[in-house]
Amino acid sequence: MKSLNIPEIDFIGKKTYALIFSAILVTVSILSLATQGLKFGIDFTGGTLIEVGYQKPVDLDEVRDILSKEKFNGANVQYFGSTNEILIRLEPQGVSSAKISSNIIRLLGDDVDIRRVEFVGPKVGEELTNDGGLAMLYALIGILIYVAIRFEYRFALGSISALIHDVIITLGIFSLLQLEFDLTVLAAILAVIGYSLNDTIVVFDRIRENFLATRHTDPKRIINGALNQTLSRTIMTSVTTLLVLLALFLLGGEIINSFSLALLIGVVIGTYSSIYVASSMIIALGITKEDMLPSEKEKKEIDSRP
Amino acid sequence: MNQYPGWKNALIAFFLLISTLYALPNIFGSDLAVQVSSAGDNAIGQSDLNRIENILKGDGISYKSIGLSNRRILARFDDNSAQLSAKKSLKEGLGRKYVVALNLAPSVPAWLSDLGGKAMSLGLDLRGGVHFLLEVDMKAVLSMSIDKYYNELRTLLRADRLYKGIKKDNDLIVISFKSSELKDKAISIISSEARDLVILDIEDEDELTATLAISDSAQKEVTKGALKQNITTLRNRVNELGVAEPIIQQQGTNRIVVQLPGVQDTARAKEILGAVATLEFRLVDEKNDPQTAIQSGKTPIGSKLYYFKDGRPLLLKTRVITTGENITGAASGIDQENNIPMVNITLDSPGGRAMLETTKKYLHHRMAVVFIENKVETVSVNGNTVKKRSTTKDIINAATIQGTFSNRFQITGIDSSREARNLALLLRAGSLSAPIEIIEERTIGPSLGADNIEKGVLSVIAGFILVLIFMAVRYRVFGMVANVALTLNLVMIVAVLSIIQATLTLPGIAGIVLTVGMAVDANVLIFERLKEELRSNTNIQKAISSGYDKALLTIADANITTLIASLVLFSFGTGPIKGFAITLSIGIVTSMFTAIVVSRGIINIIYGNRKIEELSI
Repeated sequence: MKSLNIPEIDFIGKKTYALIFSAILVTVSILSLATQGLKFGIDFTGGTLIEVGYQKPVDLDEVRDILSKEKFNGANVQYFGSTNEILIRLEPQGVSSAKISSNIIRLLGDDVDIRRVEFVGPKVGEELTNDGGLAMLYALIGILIYVAIRFEYRFALGSISALIHDVIITLGIFSLLQLEFDLTVLAAILAVIGYSLNDTIVVFDRIRENFLATRHTDPKRIINGALNQTLSRTIMTSVTTLLVLLALFLLGGEIINSFSLALLIGVVIGTYSSIYVASSMIIALGITKEDMLPSEKEKKEIDSRP
Repeated sequence: MNQYPGWKNALIAFFLLISTLYALPNIFGSDLAVQVSSAGDNAIGQSDLNRIENILKGDGISYKSIGLSNRRILARFDDNSAQLSAKKSLKEGLGRKYVVALNLAPSVPAWLSDLGGKAMSLGLDLRGGVHFLLEVDMKAVLSMSIDKYYNELRTLLRADRLYKGIKKDNDLIVISFKSSELKDKAISIISSEARDLVILDIEDEDELTATLAISDSAQKEVTKGALKQNITTLRNRVNELGVAEPIIQQQGTNRIVVQLPGVQDTARAKEILGAVATLEFRLVDEKNDPQTAIQSGKTPIGSKLYYFKDGRPLLLKTRVITTGENITGAASGIDQENNIPMVNITLDSPGGRAMLETTKKYLHHRMAVVFIENKVETVSVNGNTVKKRSTTKDIINAATIQGTFSNRFQITGIDSSREARNLALLLRAGSLSAPIEIIEERTIGPSLGADNIEKGVLSVIAGFILVLIFMAVRYRVFGMVANVALTLNLVMIVAVLSIIQATLTLPGIAGIVLTVGMAVDANVLIFERLKEELRSNTNIQKAISSGYDKALLTIADANITTLIASLVLFSFGTGPIKGFAITLSIGIVTSMFTAIVVSRGIINIIYGNRKIEELSI
């Protein structure tokens, strides 16, 4: 394991392919989001969700029959994890009330184990949707400001475009596969923003350092060098993160499934984007060595570095 | 070179020791317990402890230990059946001044809890329980206060016959006058006597009407008061239900969060929390026939038409003898003679006086008990959400007054024992000042809670071991150092969570898992940098030093941006998101300490200040 040689892969030379690849992914994602949209969970749509456990495997049709007796025809009944457990979902009713779940529980009888009941009123769902959108926006703005201060506006734009790229594709995959999008997935997407940015910053840091340290002025060469130097770190960190996420995905249980899936997708896309998208963007925005020359204050800081 | 001064090593050791100490309470598990606390403001003391011990001994229930701390008494038991029977006998033995509830008590050794060591508090998704978000119907509150002002104004102005007419118009009161002199006089009285009202059309001198509204500050006071009173009532009701460690909190200007850990009968909790029920006692109008009133559509003056739950009509006198507000005590039971459910009522002295007068005067008349329930529901009509309000008034009982009575009597006519119990509880706990609606519910059953803990812990351990192996293989000695740092990071996260008593939830566990994966990033950055330095630098000691230094700024940048994202998550998040953001934020901060400072300290101890030929990296 002692390969001290730094790889010399021509990442920037392949940027056209990367561009096409990203463009296809983003287009497909946007198309899917526009046509079939996301399958929002009850956190956002409002409604009722009940998870019950039985002693032995249960027939879904029987449950549906029981429910339809009291006009719960619209109920979506499905297995959850095993055939001993079912998930009942109800759209927000004309009369949306916390009583619905009590009625259903009464219908199902005493020998079932009520594992989870969630009821979200229509107004709360609306608020959560707005808050979620705002959270995403504020996270992006906060990051934009921090990177613009610490680096330069082109880096900020580069990292933000990589982040938007990641978010759109992750959402796109959720839309394409019609996976349920609930509050925890939103949290995961915000964590992906954090993670992907982490990756991008490490590369940017190296790019800045190389601009200042070498006499080369060709941005492409410098950026390619930085990408190669940070490559083994990028891969290592992705692998360790993917390892724990895999553990979470496989062992964490059904409730946390879509959360870990969103993170798995996001980390893969985020790793790819910090190599190809973010760096391509700053080249496209025309970064030069001059832009990197530190202002007086920063210069002192760098001089005092050991 | 590469040596920390002694004080720095000592400081690191100190931090790690403290962390270990405060993380320690979490490994002891918890006992099944029954918790007794005071239902009012009275402090619980040694005498109560003795009393509880005697009750338990008297009923032959053996306990593991019993103790008083934090204004509550915890009795711990070996098994579930002992716990349940202890709850039952204590509830019966102690009476209503105490809250008796089942609880899980962390079994932290005394020396550790003396040092302030506490186990992390587990969220509802891990221990099971109910979370409700309730919304108070402020519109109803304001309309009730308009009613109040309307009545006040009528009394105020009627004395001098100042107004021609007075009416309510939504949240306004419109008064009309015969002359402008009378109007001026009325307005001067209103502005001195009814300061909470503002006159809206003061400019318009010629109009012989005045429009009044409740002032903004008075509106604020009214809504604030309603919210506060509802919180108090909810607290009383929760105390009646017997819940250990309930949370009842205001959220925003019109919402209340109620969290009841360990509650399993959620249907009952919902009924109890949401009900806005009260009673009215009225005399029956014996002179008129309800059927005639229905057919003619006219009710006789002084009477009003009411219905039993089964639909039978009855005319009742409009004058109310007394209401639920005068009830000081209510207990459910079974009427021995007829074997039907009943509620024993105790009234306060004004209520008792009114009842005594009435029963004296109207002996052998019939008196009815009217059950009034206000409901509010949010329904969606054509995509718009609207609030639907409804009030039901049912006669639950109409019986002949057999003898005079004052403040103690019983009512029957209730459908079931369960309803009798609920009614008694609601009457005891007081009524909500405004209708309230459950707008969000999240219930986790105990079995799912236990599953969640098991799965969460399993995935933390699995992810953790995978990373440990991977790092050891890839970076050898340095990898092992990173692993020690990672382990300490985990300990520190748990310690911080325990110290600040943050609530650990399933997404919180996910945050820890993610931190484990990302925390090694700092070490990976350092080690990769170190490898590079080794290539250009012949002096190994210098390479170690510059590897750490050069990676530092990158690590800080990378972590601060992640911290920004997680702080946004924290400030916007509700429930599940917040839990995730807390552990992620804590993990980022502690990982900076362990991955940079602690790992450097260990490396210094291994390699520092001596001649090295080769590094195992």
